[in-house]
Amino acid sequence: MMELIKDTKIDFIGFRKKAFIISAILVLIGIFAFVMISLGKANLSIDFTGGTNVQVRFAQKVDIGDLRKALTDGGIGDVQIQEVSGTRDFFIKTKLSDTEKESLQSKITAILSTQLKDVKFEILGSNMVGPGVGKTLKKYAIIAIVLALLGIIAYIAWRFTFLSGIAATIATFHDVIVICGVFYFLNKEFNLLIITALLTIAGYSLQDTVVVFDRIRENSAKMKSRDDFGDVINVSINEVLSRTIVTGISTLISLGAIMVFGGEVLFDFAFALFMGLIVGTYSSIFVASPILYAWRKAPR
Amino acid sequence: MIKSLKLRFILIFVFLVVSIIYCLPNVVEPEGVWKKYLPSDKIHLGLDLKGGMHLLLELDMTKLMDNVVDRKLNSLKDAMISDGVRFLGIDKKGGSIVVTVRGDQKEKLFNLVGNKFPNLKAGSTKPDGDLLSVDLLLPETELASIKENAVNQALETIRNRIDQFGVSEPVIVKQGDNQLLVQLPGVKDPQRALELIGRTAQLEFKLVDEDASSRGDTAALPREDEVLNMRSKNRETGIVTTAPIVLKKQALLTGELLTDARVNVGGRDIGSEISVSIEFDAEGARLFDKVTAENVGKRLAIVLDNTVYSAPQIRERISGGKAQITGGFSVEEAKDLAIVLRAGALPAPVKVVQNITIGPTLGQDSINKGVLATLLAGILVIIFMIVYYRFSGVIANVALVLNLVYLLGVFSAFKATMTLPGIAGIALTIGMGVDSNVLIFERIREELRLGKTVRAAVDGGYAKAWVAIFDSHITTLITAAVLFIFGTGPIKGFAITLIFGMIINLFTAVFGSKSIFDWILSKYKPRTLSI
Repeated sequence: MMELIKDTKIDFIGFRKKAFIISAILVLIGIFAFVMISLGKANLSIDFTGGTNVQVRFAQKVDIGDLRKALTDGGIGDVQIQEVSGTRDFFIKTKLSDTEKESLQSKITAILSTQLKDVKFEILGSNMVGPGVGKTLKKYAIIAIVLALLGIIAYIAWRFTFLSGIAATIATFHDVIVICGVFYFLNKEFNLLIITALLTIAGYSLQDTVVVFDRIRENSAKMKSRDDFGDVINVSINEVLSRTIVTGISTLISLGAIMVFGGEVLFDFAFALFMGLIVGTYSSIFVASPILYAWRKAPR
Repeated sequence: MIKSLKLRFILIFVFLVVSIIYCLPNVVEPEGVWKKYLPSDKIHLGLDLKGGMHLLLELDMTKLMDNVVDRKLNSLKDAMISDGVRFLGIDKKGGSIVVTVRGDQKEKLFNLVGNKFPNLKAGSTKPDGDLLSVDLLLPETELASIKENAVNQALETIRNRIDQFGVSEPVIVKQGDNQLLVQLPGVKDPQRALELIGRTAQLEFKLVDEDASSRGDTAALPREDEVLNMRSKNRETGIVTTAPIVLKKQALLTGELLTDARVNVGGRDIGSEISVSIEFDAEGARLFDKVTAENVGKRLAIVLDNTVYSAPQIRERISGGKAQITGGFSVEEAKDLAIVLRAGALPAPVKVVQNITIGPTLGQDSINKGVLATLLAGILVIIFMIVYYRFSGVIANVALVLNLVYLLGVFSAFKATMTLPGIAGIALTIGMGVDSNVLIFERIREELRLGKTVRAAVDGGYAKAWVAIFDSHITTLITAAVLFIFGTGPIKGFAITLIFGMIINLFTAVFGSKSIFDWILSKYKPRTLSI
């Protein structure tokens, strides 16, 4: 039998104060990032800000500076250009949107063919979002998150206890906020796919918490007095630890494959899930369970 | 759980066969007799994989209301003249019509409105010296239904245009109060499609005001005149130039009365111009006859979306209701113009608020990368499971493959659309399927450590792990369902894979692998388990 870990007896509850400090710092950073995102001072995709994103592939190597100069000379000054590493693809992002006369895609095509005469290129795709669409999107994103969380609290409260529902939700929020912080400080672009990733992380984090809670529920039934609750939690986490590690490794393997071979678009998505997996595993052990412990311990 | 092992295998097998049958069209094209009885739908690829165009259009409601009020104003004016209501002024103020009359005409005006314009509501009446100015407005309910009709009409018109343009499997749906979502998979020339769909196509015939035009002074125009641009195209260079022209504001005839529009490619004469010939219905033909008879010698401008295309002189009265539009068109332009004229005008201009265009290269890139990544992820996980759990890992992998085949089968059967996030969703589903097996196997190991027999350990492991598996899948299912309801485009694609995936996972991870275990245990009765 191949076993990575065996019969561990780690005192997870004993770590709770240190874990609390770590989480508090991470969450504070995350909240700061969240505020910046809400204020629009983050790398938001045009889905939220409005504007146009055009992906161009050149037939030969083109210097990013030359491309920028070509666009500026052609009358599109305020652009963000991102080179897709390892390819001759570029993302050209601007706040401008289509006018009634012509779409921005054809404008860029015209500029590139006059400014960079000898270079062949192909417009791979473009995405134009008019101002105002982002607001609706934000509204729907918020509704979706709130509803999903309410549904989950209700379900866990029904299957476990109300406190478990709250603890699981706090842990989930913790994870989503922390990943927001990570993405903000890595200056990754927040787009629709990342929102999807955040919700998936929420789902994964919950799954992990549910597995731990399930074991705690099972072991609590055997518990003799309320004072043993810390031990019950410790034993439960240790018992599911090998599952946590094995699942973690297999999921990280598949996410790693997507990160390496999935291309630029899927990379950020898989990267978010990768980070989320780590934070989610941490939070079900070091956030959700200690909250449950503290609550039970609190005098009432 | 069904007790009979045979029955369980039959169930698994039947599902498997059905899934494979539904998957088949993705691999081979059914032929002959098979074609009749077997499903033939392939998994639909989303725009991000297939390439194409995604448009979100917004109907300009302010302009729509403007048009509606304008039309009401004109018919009210005509009615007042024919009924002998003497008025001193009629004007538009916001969404209402203001009529200025002397006090003694008030009753006559109200009678007229009451009889002929039941959907106009009289608002405030203000004395203005010895005159009265009467506000007439459209009630809220009327406005709401006008708006709704307009959106429906726009949808119908755009559907018509796209059908005639020829795009397979277009999606055209209403979104919100005033938006239309249009998806055109695999469209070859997105710019042309956009022009065709977004064009209002309001065709009007207006008289040229020769006096004002020849004066050349556009500043001091009579009230009933307007200045529009007339376009002309140099046939050799293809350069389009515009010049202002003064027209009478009133449209004598509009495109609403058209029955047909066709392209004329000039016939035998070399260099003869490509034109679009139009045909009016009986009412239109009568009006056209009347207009041409009354205005012989004058120029009649053909105006499309406030641009004058040509302004030929009326040489003689034209009966029969046929006319031609020229304007230096290319064959394609003429074809598109004929399509929009046949399909009819949009009730108001539309604004493109979102335009996602994905070229076929990018789509193919995404398919290749997505499939490669998913395959690789799958293979790595399969190897990992065998290394870690040995023979039991093989069983888990069988369940995993079963899972994948079911998922593809369901996708084909439900005609779901596969997107790039959808592929990511499959990867996640596989991840969760693996997790279920890990949970079970770790439990079985625990039971074995307690010294239980193989049979008892397997049963115990499954029973105890089931609760956690069930709860975690249901919570994910809740998230996925919410994403499906509120998500748009790519997020929806992700959610739908996850929903199917979770349900199938619950079935295979427990039903599938458990049955294999049960079969092996009852047949070979092993004393130890390779796990």
